[in-house]
Amino acid sequence: MAGGARAHALTTTEVVRQRLQGRRLDVGGTIFEGLLVLALLSAIGVLVTLLVDVFTDGLPVLLSRGTDFLTSGLSSSPERAGVAQGIFGSILLMLFVILLSFPLGIGASIYLEEYARDTPVTRLVNTVIRNLAGVPAIVYGLLGVAVFVGALGGLTGGRTVISGGLTLAILVLPIVIITTSEALRAVPTSIREAAFGVGATRWETVRSHVLPYAAPGIFTGTILSLARAFGETAPLIVVGAIAGTFRYSADNLVEQLKGPYTALPTIIYGFARDPDAEFRANTAAAIIVLLVVLLAVNGLAIFLRNRFERRW
Amino acid sequence: MNRVTVDRKVDHAPGVDELGREGSTIRIVATGQELNEVERLAAEPTTAPAALPIADEEAVFDLRSLSCFYGDFRAVRDITLRAPEHKITALIGPSGCGKSTLLRSFNRMNDLIDGARIEGQVLYHGVDLYADGVDPVEVRRRIGMVFQKPNPFPKSIYDNVAFGPKIAGYRGSMDELVEESLRRAALWDEVKDKLKSPGTALSGGQQQRLCIARAIAVEPDVILMDEPCSSLDPIATLKIEELMHELKQNYTIVIVTHNMQQAARASDLTAFLTMGPDRAGYLVEMAPTQKLFTSPDNRLTEDYITGRFG
Repeated sequence: MAGGARAHALTTTEVVRQRLQGRRLDVGGTIFEGLLVLALLSAIGVLVTLLVDVFTDGLPVLLSRGTDFLTSGLSSSPERAGVAQGIFGSILLMLFVILLSFPLGIGASIYLEEYARDTPVTRLVNTVIRNLAGVPAIVYGLLGVAVFVGALGGLTGGRTVISGGLTLAILVLPIVIITTSEALRAVPTSIREAAFGVGATRWETVRSHVLPYAAPGIFTGTILSLARAFGETAPLIVVGAIAGTFRYSADNLVEQLKGPYTALPTIIYGFARDPDAEFRANTAAAIIVLLVVLLAVNGLAIFLRNRFERRW
Repeated sequence: MNRVTVDRKVDHAPGVDELGREGSTIRIVATGQELNEVERLAAEPTTAPAALPIADEEAVFDLRSLSCFYGDFRAVRDITLRAPEHKITALIGPSGCGKSTLLRSFNRMNDLIDGARIEGQVLYHGVDLYADGVDPVEVRRRIGMVFQKPNPFPKSIYDNVAFGPKIAGYRGSMDELVEESLRRAALWDEVKDKLKSPGTALSGGQQQRLCIARAIAVEPDVILMDEPCSSLDPIATLKIEELMHELKQNYTIVIVTHNMQQAARASDLTAFLTMGPDRAGYLVEMAPTQKLFTSPDNRLTEDYITGRFG
């Protein structure tokens, strides 16, 4: 037997080689892969079409007018209309979001993740928050009309940037809570146990360990929710952001807060609705401004995440 | 073979639990020979903690009928044992028998798990750790813990050790305390030139010694070790065992281990736990390590240490 095996060694090698190289045509697999590539190409195709369309319309405006487009106010004549009030309004709105929803959302999340016991009530609260994050933005707009414009109108001055800011802050609050919770959950339990194990209180554990280690994730998540708020249009229109023309009235901040306001996405909406066909180019140019801001914000988030990401 | 059926009253006899005992009466269907075996097992002594020569004043821990629950599930049933001062007490037993749960009840670490609770008492120098008014933070400062997987903070080696003393309000020289703790954990020579580098960059064995240094930096009275070597190679394991031997001059150590050789080598006393049919862990036998590994009283212990089950 042994001698026979040796004599056949070459043949065996050849047989094995043939078998290993024998390739079956994998029809199902190839079709599946093709479909996947097609899905990807469709998505990219739509995106590229949109971008090309916007840039061919809008880029000439930005190139010919330069910063004038960014610094001019609203106007009925397309060649003088700019997005300055929109940028200013959006910055004010974002300040509300940062000052209100970040501390509230991060605080609520820390309580839910680190302090609250796992009871049916906290589970219900968590589920509700997750669902709130999926509620259409217009619903928050209607809430804003009812509460901030209506019920609290005395404080907010009605359809003002205060009402708009509060509405956007409420809109992103669930998102801030969820992303913060995910960042906190990414800190391993073993780290908490290590801190408790040397006699740390819950506060010392959270302050010295959990929060610092979760901070990059919290920053990333909150910045992304800021970007979400920055691009929202519908709720702002409902709570009274001006889509048409208004005079840039105010001399001081309080007056500006109580006066008419607009935001970048609302301006885009206004431009797009304008019957004057020449506003079409302005619309595209404003979209480019919005896209650049969003890209910058998202880029910052990605940079922070990569810079401080921690592996366990 | 002729089979006979007998109903038989049994007292707490873990040896026959596996036969599906319900209440205190079991029905046995067996051949005569098997029946004899059952009778022999049932006649054997069950637990022997009472026979341990640990006087009240020597016992750092005195567990009285301790049961641990997660929600409705009883993980550990009715454990009575004592752990003496300046000795290493090992808890051994098959996976899932509740050793870690038991150990984590020694410093109220299980308080952090929702739904975890105990019945019975854990006396620490005579004080019930679960009595009203006992602050679990104070408990854990005196009863330190080293975990299964090394879990250094993602901070510098220095900060890892200094965190505990700092929050405890330590007023002496922190540099000296850090050096002293690292020396006692047999890590100083390896890290003295890189105290500012992250603790997570050390090897697994070094990380675990860093965790031991972190635990002893707060000057605890007891160190609990939950399978501290399970993720380490044999050389790192040996270092930790040598370290435990050094540490027991100053500390009381309770260690959970999967590794019977480790228990045999390193501990003074060994408690053997196993799982009953209700899946709750219970204490089968506790004895000086030498005795438990050479002439155990209980058949289950013998089967386990000779590798016949578990």
